[in-house]
Amino acid sequence: MTITEKILARESGAKLVSPGDNIWAKCGMLLTHDVCGPGTIGIFHREFGKDAKVFDREKIVILPDHYIYTADEKAHRNVDTLRAFVKEQGLPYFYDPGTASYCGVCHVALPELGHVRPGETIFGTDSHTCTHGALGAFATGIGNTDAGFIMGTGKLLVKVPTTLRFVLDGELPSYLSAKDLILHIIGDIGVDGATYCAMEFTGSAIDALSIEERCTICNMAVEAGAKNGIIAPDQKTFDYVRARTAKPFEPLYSDPDAKVAAEYRYDVSKLEPVVAKPHLPDNKALARDCRGVKIDQVYIGSCTGGKLEDFVMAAKIMKGRKVAVRTLLVPATRQVEQGLADTQIGGQSLRAIFEAAGVEPIAPPSCAACLGGPVDTFGRTHGHEVVVSTTNRNFIGRMGSKDSQVYLASPYTAAASALTGHITDPRDV
Amino acid sequence: MPKETLIRGPVYVLEDNIDTDLLIPACYLNLVPTIPEEYRKLGSYALAGLPETFPKFASNADGTTPYPIVIGGRNFGCGSSREHAPIALGAAGAKAVVAQSYARIFFRNSVATGEVFPLESETRLCGEFKTGDLAEVDIPKNTITRLADGKVFALKPVGAVAPVIAAGGMFAYAREIGMIKR
Repeated sequence: MTITEKILARESGAKLVSPGDNIWAKCGMLLTHDVCGPGTIGIFHREFGKDAKVFDREKIVILPDHYIYTADEKAHRNVDTLRAFVKEQGLPYFYDPGTASYCGVCHVALPELGHVRPGETIFGTDSHTCTHGALGAFATGIGNTDAGFIMGTGKLLVKVPTTLRFVLDGELPSYLSAKDLILHIIGDIGVDGATYCAMEFTGSAIDALSIEERCTICNMAVEAGAKNGIIAPDQKTFDYVRARTAKPFEPLYSDPDAKVAAEYRYDVSKLEPVVAKPHLPDNKALARDCRGVKIDQVYIGSCTGGKLEDFVMAAKIMKGRKVAVRTLLVPATRQVEQGLADTQIGGQSLRAIFEAAGVEPIAPPSCAACLGGPVDTFGRTHGHEVVVSTTNRNFIGRMGSKDSQVYLASPYTAAASALTGHITDPRDV
Repeated sequence: MPKETLIRGPVYVLEDNIDTDLLIPACYLNLVPTIPEEYRKLGSYALAGLPETFPKFASNADGTTPYPIVIGGRNFGCGSSREHAPIALGAAGAKAVVAQSYARIFFRNSVATGEVFPLESETRLCGEFKTGDLAEVDIPKNTITRLADGKVFALKPVGAVAPVIAAGGMFAYAREIGMIKR
């Protein structure tokens, strides 16, 4: 069996599962946020009764992150709904905006907080829940109804996905990042190339990646239609998890002879920086072939590209230089925000490097303009802006305006483009 | 309650890769689907993310749609896990989507909520219908018929999720099989 199949077998009490089997899997962790939490809670109470109790208070995490810094009244009401539910149920893991416990973007915060452990099942009311496969968990996005069901029962009917294996070998050049790798893969297999599948990433290049960079890869598995992305845990994973939680976990691994539906091989040393052109994440082009694209805005943030290492990459490019276009930075979480002050390159903090480069005032952590959101959202597009962004989706209207165009890129490429005002291969600056 | 399985009316024709931001733009995700008034509002914003070259989907005066059947190409519903997407279609009064293939979360959410039937066509239908054409979807027979000339197109059998769809959603199904009480 593959790692995905083994986790699902164990969590459904079966000795063996095969792709296509429909099984009732136990939920190890249920994640929700301000956009889908209130609807999930509504379903939970409607279906299980107004006095119902959640299946396990220790297994629910609520991380509001989407619409935090907005004047939108309904957005505030929705966070109030979460607060009332947390109080009613006595939930220990709620990270309340406006208090010291607030974190920011749920998929960056969840592993930071030690809520992601190898071998577990994680269900979340957000498609990018697949991020957490980077630590060897089975993690997938679900809707409010399924989440409401889990809240009451602790289980979910899951179809076992067939696995596609991606073997990435070779040494990653200094101008490439995990974002380039996943954009290459999505560009090759297409936005529905992994529909209903598990994407398993392996090989020496994956082994060499940090946990944050592995998260970037698994985060975008859903952009190829995958149910989950997953990377076998290793010592790096255990060190990361152990530094954050004392809770026990039991890692699982693919058998060497596990059957997969297809295997794709990459030598990462031969790859070049890429972008995904509007309006699909698989619309791949080499960054150097897009030099003619003039841009209005650069956005660095989100669960995909708003982690501390993403900002380190951007700062390496921007250090000692000036940006030529409006450049918006949104650290994903409070921890990342703190990292901007604490992390230095050549004696200068990341924050100082960015400020000297002339970026816009750095926004507080949240999903912000990644998905547009309420009209007063930081960085949201309102016209015909052309944006280079470290986020995950470039659909029509994704960042707000139907007329704007979003190019997805790595932090290196985004930062290089900010310096020149057109799409720029980081090797050219 | 199992839903009606014969759906008749004008179709609304889309393309490949209809994503959830087109189905319901994120600025409307402040609406909570379990609040009846906001459920109806979500319906009035169904497909509001489409470029202006498309006719308005929820064009009835009361915010519902005159199109009970939506036709799409490949990878319908890609993107976000927002259940607001199938809910917006269902709240607008759409009964079925007929597409070549689906993104898995949209398909799953359609089945789990029972808001719309996510049906798969054997062949690409985007070129066979234009918006406003009258059609009839017959779920037991796995067909969609173009009523102007009676041409019948095959749909794929619903498969493993058929019992969940037949029950009318995830909770109804779970009660039927005794997973949850009541």
